Amino acid sequence: MQVPAPFEYERATSVDQAIGLLERLGSSARLVAGGHSLLPMMKLRLANFEYLIDINDLHAELGYIRLSDDEVRIGAMTRHRELLESDVLAGVFPIFRDAEKVIADPIVRNRGTLGGSLCQADPSEDLSAVCTTLDASCVIRGPGGSERVVTMEEFHVGPYETAVADNEILTEVRIPRKTFRVGSAYAKVERRAGDWAVVSAGAAVWLDQGRIVDARVGLAAVGPNTTGIPEISAALRGHEPDESLFELAGAIAARSCEPVTDTRGSADYKRHLADELTRRTLRKAVERARS
Amino acid sequence: MTDIQDKKLTEFDDNDQHPVGFGRMLRKEDARLLRGRGRFVDDVQLPGMLHLAILRSPFAHANIVSIDTSAAEASPGVKAVVTGETLKGLGLAWMPTLSNDVQAVLATDRVRFQGQEVAFVVAEDRYQARDALELIDVEYDVLEPVVDVRKALDPDAPVIRTDLEGKTDNHVFDWETGDEEETNRVFASADVIVKEDIVYPRVHPAPMETCGSVADFDPVEGRLRLWSTTQAPHAHRTLYAIVAGIPEHKIQVIAPDIGGGFGNKVPIYPGYVHSIVGSIVTGKPVKWMEDRSENLISTGFARDYIMRAEIAATAEGRILAIRTNVLADHGAFNGTAAPVKYPAGFFGVFTGSYDIQAAHCKMTAVYTNKAPGGVAYACSFRITEAVYLVERIVDALAYELRMDPAELRLKNFIQPEQFPYTTKTGWVYDSGNYEPTMRLAMEMAGYEELRKEQELKRARGELMGIGISFFTEAVGAGPRKNMDILGLGMADGCELRVHPTGKAVVRLSVKTQGQGHETTFAQIIAEELGIPPADIDVLHGDTDNTPFGLGTYGSRSTPVSGAAAALVARKVRDKAKLIASAMLEVSVADLDWVKGAFQVKGDPGRSVTIQEIAFRAHGAGDLPDGVEGGLEAQICYNPSNLTYPHGAYICVVDIDPGTAEVKVRRFIAVDDCGTRINPMIIEGQVHGGLTDGVGMALMEMISFDEDGNCLGASLMDYLIPTALEVPDWETGYTVTPSPHHPIGAKGIGESATVGSPPAIVNAVVDALKPFGIRHADMPLTPSRVWDAMRGQATPPI
Repeated sequence: MQVPAPFEYERATSVDQAIGLLERLGSSARLVAGGHSLLPMMKLRLANFEYLIDINDLHAELGYIRLSDDEVRIGAMTRHRELLESDVLAGVFPIFRDAEKVIADPIVRNRGTLGGSLCQADPSEDLSAVCTTLDASCVIRGPGGSERVVTMEEFHVGPYETAVADNEILTEVRIPRKTFRVGSAYAKVERRAGDWAVVSAGAAVWLDQGRIVDARVGLAAVGPNTTGIPEISAALRGHEPDESLFELAGAIAARSCEPVTDTRGSADYKRHLADELTRRTLRKAVERARS
Repeated sequence: MTDIQDKKLTEFDDNDQHPVGFGRMLRKEDARLLRGRGRFVDDVQLPGMLHLAILRSPFAHANIVSIDTSAAEASPGVKAVVTGETLKGLGLAWMPTLSNDVQAVLATDRVRFQGQEVAFVVAEDRYQARDALELIDVEYDVLEPVVDVRKALDPDAPVIRTDLEGKTDNHVFDWETGDEEETNRVFASADVIVKEDIVYPRVHPAPMETCGSVADFDPVEGRLRLWSTTQAPHAHRTLYAIVAGIPEHKIQVIAPDIGGGFGNKVPIYPGYVHSIVGSIVTGKPVKWMEDRSENLISTGFARDYIMRAEIAATAEGRILAIRTNVLADHGAFNGTAAPVKYPAGFFGVFTGSYDIQAAHCKMTAVYTNKAPGGVAYACSFRITEAVYLVERIVDALAYELRMDPAELRLKNFIQPEQFPYTTKTGWVYDSGNYEPTMRLAMEMAGYEELRKEQELKRARGELMGIGISFFTEAVGAGPRKNMDILGLGMADGCELRVHPTGKAVVRLSVKTQGQGHETTFAQIIAEELGIPPADIDVLHGDTDNTPFGLGTYGSRSTPVSGAAAALVARKVRDKAKLIASAMLEVSVADLDWVKGAFQVKGDPGRSVTIQEIAFRAHGAGDLPDGVEGGLEAQICYNPSNLTYPHGAYICVVDIDPGTAEVKVRRFIAVDDCGTRINPMIIEGQVHGGLTDGVGMALMEMISFDEDGNCLGASLMDYLIPTALEVPDWETGYTVTPSPHHPIGAKGIGESATVGSPPAIVNAVVDALKPFGIRHADMPLTPSRVWDAMRGQATPPI
């Protein structure tokens, strides 16, 4: 049995109480939501914290998917399983269901959360790629009820690093809705079901009168963080989608990413996948936008 | 792939046919295991028990400059901190391996692989023990490691085994089999020669339960009780007697329920010895249970053979000869578990199922700075490597000859009338009838239709592959005239006792790790005595109440102990016959055995059941002259030969041309293991082995970086397949009994692990034929398949 180093444990009863604890304990404390990334790291003693603040009781407060005309708001404690099963979410942004189907396994999905996934800031993480694709913004709450909203680009500071300070909590993710026809899709290549992505890609396309008003692509596992590729958006806007456009987008994706060779695959292969999966997800997103 | 909705759940309805003997029945042990009543080593709790944790080397190769244990000793709950220096004082720093090498129990001078045992802590609970490890301060002087096996024998390679006097290189052994001169002659006259470099990478069995032990040394009685995760409790007891100097009759080794072994639990690991030392030092019971990373980085790996294969044939596809040159990576200590005279295990069966004129193998084994092991993961003593070699090179030959690989195999099979067949490397195949097995597999697969489908798909640019493997295994080690482990002959004892009421207990020397011994052996006794399996208890795993024998591995339980069980039952039956003759007042010659009873010839109305005889054997009244009371017998069975099961496997894969992902669409496995005792258990064994095969072919590999760091230290890094990677297995069978086994049975436990990797790899290579690919090494991950598609396939090491 792998055992972590000793730590103290407390269950938070509200977001503000959790922030109070964070404020008091500083960097020696860590929030635990689903715990499926944090606990293995602690057991391997790659992560050692003096205090764990368990925020699972905040699910009532932070577990929700709310749809309005101009945005979708998802609470940070919303579990993978809830994202997977939400027909409302799948109806607007099917990319979520695509991604959730290939995230880990049912046991992890029962417990893991959207906020936990984003805050882990693993470069291979799927929901970060989804949120990047959808141009999501993150709501971060701090002491005294202060709130700030940051873009995904601002949120991810580096591998395993976010804009969330020691005394803050990510509370919500907001995804803008536009008045155009929208389609989105996600694809992932993995060595085995439940494995981290070798590479994955998300795409979202907004169409007006058959032309692309906006398009976004988010990639995972091919760089320090899952960032969007503005060049693809620029290249696609204003055009009628077709295969040559997807090819162009794929080529941009391949040259814009920074994969490294590891046991999941060679850098060349990952670059190839960035191309292949960008084309596939764009094709699918357009198909969905049109239907 | 079959969707769950399509699966007919009724197809399992006939799994329990309540046979009195052979047939499908549910496993007797499953109720216990499925309902949480199994008792594994980690379930053992003894009063005052302490816990042990091991400090392991972070480096692959380093001199130990100093070890400071003072902070650990002062840590809360710590009872003892033991280093190599402590053990040296007790003469216990080194222990023999199963291959007549030595291995450090705790490193004294130097660490030789990452994960090697450096010190251990005994504390009141496992958390205190683990925390105290952090407080041990070891100063290392890091040395250059030998990681690339191909460079291990370079003149300037660092010498790893400086502990061996006079050792100046990393050479372990050279081994040779077959006739080199004759093979060269045949090669020289052949129309076609195909050569391929084939790597079988290092993999790990990764049993669900990791290794561990609980040692309880009683200083007053001088008695040691050891619960341990062992596949061979009796052999271990003898070795502990030799290593620790405790008299053998004072040692009791208990292997309780074992959560998977696959050869990983054959060797004696330092941790077991640590727990014994820990108990002696503290006077308390001591438990050691390794964690997943420790299991993956330090315990017995499998394979790690680099093989150059060559095959010679006529232009018409008649295979003439096979030769191979193998470089074997044995890690830092030669800890291979194999019969002493077989340093390369049973690799000599690399001639496969084919009638050829000549064969030759040369092998060199070397030390590297990696964990020791080699024989594990259901390999049947290296037959996995041998079958992979021959089935891969035969496919390469088919490619060159533009012949269908099924046709090429059918053309070269050893014919049924040639059995017993002596191979060119001296193995005597006991029986076989290959063509019907192959034809059945092809029929089940719809082979011709699959080829047509493939042709259509190729025309559309789709990548579909059909792979075949046909294997012959050699299992059931073994005849004691030429097989032993550290001098212990590979025979198996068995004892059978029938109680007065006709219930029975059979005691085995082998030990299940999940194979279903408690059911299979009850069925063997049931078949011979007519006592229902439910009335037969199977005892195993405890050296104090089972007869001596060498344990369960290499698919040897049914071939060796299964024979012992049948023969001991026959001994009981012979005695029962004498008692029956007295009960029925007829001569022995006038009795017929009808399963479960003796009846008077020509008078079926007059009979006595085995239960009635059992009561009489223990009851009042006279027994025939010279017959003792009771109804029991014992035996020690020495097999006259190995058994040689065979099988034909066909795999169908689809490869995504864009991402290079391989999907195993279908897998047809036709096995011939002779007499089938419990078909349900056989199918279960086959399903497990096929899943192993998917893992090895597509994802599993223990790899190292250039510093010798193990890159497969967790199940996140070392991938094993799940239900989602495997198809709905299609199994079939033929029956060619073993002529020398009392019930005609052959081993089955490892057939699928041995036979499936080449079928899957052959299928992938077949799918890649449009790219001109003749070979690609495992593991065929998407990235490596993509390399192959671009003509850039590389060996994994």
